[in-house]
Amino acid sequence: MAAFKETKFPANAPAAEKALGWVDDRFPLTKLWNDQWGKYYAPKNFNFWYIFGSLAMLVLVLQIVTGIFLTMHYKPDATLAFGSVEYIMREVPWGWLVRYMHSTGASAFFIIVYLHMTRGLLYGSYRKPRELIWLFGFAIFLCLMAEAFFGYLLPWGQMSYWGAQVIVNLFGAIPFIGPDLSLWIRGDYVVSDATLNRFFAFHVIAIPLVLLGLVAAHLIALHEVGSSNPDGIEVKENLGADGHPVDSIPSHPYYTVHDLFGVSVFLVIFSAVVFFAPEMGGFFLEYNNFLPGDSLKTPLHIAPTWYFTAFYSVLRATTADFMWVLMFGVAAYVVFIWLKSRLSTTIKAIIAVIALLAIIGMLPSVLDAKFWGVVFFGGSVVILAFLPWLDHSKVKSVRYRPSWHKYVYALFFLSFLTLGYLGTLPPTETRTLVSQVCTLFYFSFFLLMPWWSAMGTFKPVPARVVFHAH
Amino acid sequence: MSNEKQLDSGRRGLLVATAAAGSVVGLATAGALVSTFQPSERAKAAGAPVEVDISTLAPGEMRTVEWRGKPVWLLKRTPEMVASLKQTDGKVADADSKRNPDEFTPEYARNEWRSRKPELLVAVGICTHLGCSPSSKFTPGPQPSLPDDWAGGFLCPCHGSTFDLAGRVFKNKPAPDNLQVPRYMFLSDTKLVIGKDEKGEA
Repeated sequence: MAAFKETKFPANAPAAEKALGWVDDRFPLTKLWNDQWGKYYAPKNFNFWYIFGSLAMLVLVLQIVTGIFLTMHYKPDATLAFGSVEYIMREVPWGWLVRYMHSTGASAFFIIVYLHMTRGLLYGSYRKPRELIWLFGFAIFLCLMAEAFFGYLLPWGQMSYWGAQVIVNLFGAIPFIGPDLSLWIRGDYVVSDATLNRFFAFHVIAIPLVLLGLVAAHLIALHEVGSSNPDGIEVKENLGADGHPVDSIPSHPYYTVHDLFGVSVFLVIFSAVVFFAPEMGGFFLEYNNFLPGDSLKTPLHIAPTWYFTAFYSVLRATTADFMWVLMFGVAAYVVFIWLKSRLSTTIKAIIAVIALLAIIGMLPSVLDAKFWGVVFFGGSVVILAFLPWLDHSKVKSVRYRPSWHKYVYALFFLSFLTLGYLGTLPPTETRTLVSQVCTLFYFSFFLLMPWWSAMGTFKPVPARVVFHAH
Repeated sequence: MSNEKQLDSGRRGLLVATAAAGSVVGLATAGALVSTFQPSERAKAAGAPVEVDISTLAPGEMRTVEWRGKPVWLLKRTPEMVASLKQTDGKVADADSKRNPDEFTPEYARNEWRSRKPELLVAVGICTHLGCSPSSKFTPGPQPSLPDDWAGGFLCPCHGSTFDLAGRVFKNKPAPDNLQVPRYMFLSDTKLVIGKDEKGEA
């Protein structure tokens, strides 16, 4: 390390320049700005799919700011919580606006994050060397789900109460420790004041702290390896005379204005929802949640908020009869791995043993379908984390994949949306059957990806990004 | 920096001991914090038995009382309702309450009607799947979300589990067990206590 040296400015230099120099000698302010945004070179061929990262950041700030103001009026007490939310809505000046921004922001956050993940899936953004960016992003997604779940209990309405009851009881399905575990999470024999208090602590401080750390890690990792692009070309392999990729432009000012335009469009839609449809027909704020939580009466139809319904459908699809299909599926998958994969025999043997144990566990007399429902429910989320290692396609972007891959993706998105839609409805026999088919397809999409993603005739990837000046 | 290859075993030993002691303190602190999540003494004390007077309960009527924060149903079954239990014997998953009897069915309720007196059902109104409270569907016959040969019972709104009028779960439903019958006993013909029986408190 060199000795400290004060930067010298000419006497007539502007005061702002001197002040910045004084700070930069003591803290890498200019360097941070340039590394993270100002001189961060990003591929010039970003399309609209690349707006959602910035939008997610915006909504995160919005949620934190509105959240802080809500805590100033909200009371995390089972006897006062419902009333204090109504107090915010009716008596706190502009309180209704802050609350609707927060509740709409929650749904907006999930819409944005789902689109952000779709972008990653379409253009292979998670492929080497961006695996860690994807994993940090996945952890952010888990944190968001936790935030949404903990936050949903706070208004203490009927859906808050029974939603929390159902999710906490999911942990009760784990053999041996389950019932004690859900007791420990609730801090009481039923969802009660103790539960509300701790969920409040998680929602307003514990999870947000972790979330902010993960967002920082996500961005640092991204700015370290550099952004991918819709063509899936590594722009850093083609550097210009200035040492920067020839196909890249500095984020500031180019993507600053680009993003500001996206932000304007987003805020128009967001405001329209906040002012004209904050309940969004019961999807953003469920009607039953305008009734105070009652521990003796479950609402007639209970469903989680829309952003959880796809995974929730997987949980409901796992019935006792369906276990036989799943057992057959697991067995078939192991046979497939033995015949088709190039893994070492040891790993294949380990997979076979685990699968055998799972099949034994799936027998009706061993573990309940309820337990396996929870396993597949969790698995349907966690499997996303493995994408960087499941995708064996020669090219990153869907643009240069065999055309039929697009139909596989289309089918995947369709089954995810179908699961999501069915999760909002009461179960019937037909709906359960459809959700079982979709569940099978959902898991096959990921588990068979190492094979199907490498099959077919790939199109040639151009040397330079596809870009039309406008 | 010339002696970096030399290992001072005394200092290494102290280093290990300090790290070990530090870990114990750290783990103990974490343990204390984790323990604060357990039910408090106040929450535990709130689980006392509840006395109920059923003198005004009409046949076919159901009353819900709160015990340990959970709904407990008291249903006075009509003779037709009791008779319907014969029909559902073959359709329920665990007709004789043999599964996990210690947890769900006290010995005096391990019969077809799952109660001490055939006409009075006492059960915790919490679905054994994920803890929702099922709704009453006492009217027999075809209706939405229920099979056409419905003989009366309960339907859980969350995941569609159905129970007969003795709280026995139908086959191939998400709920693994019959509804829990709490420990209870009659103090007189019209008075009973929930959460307590001859063997003591539940």
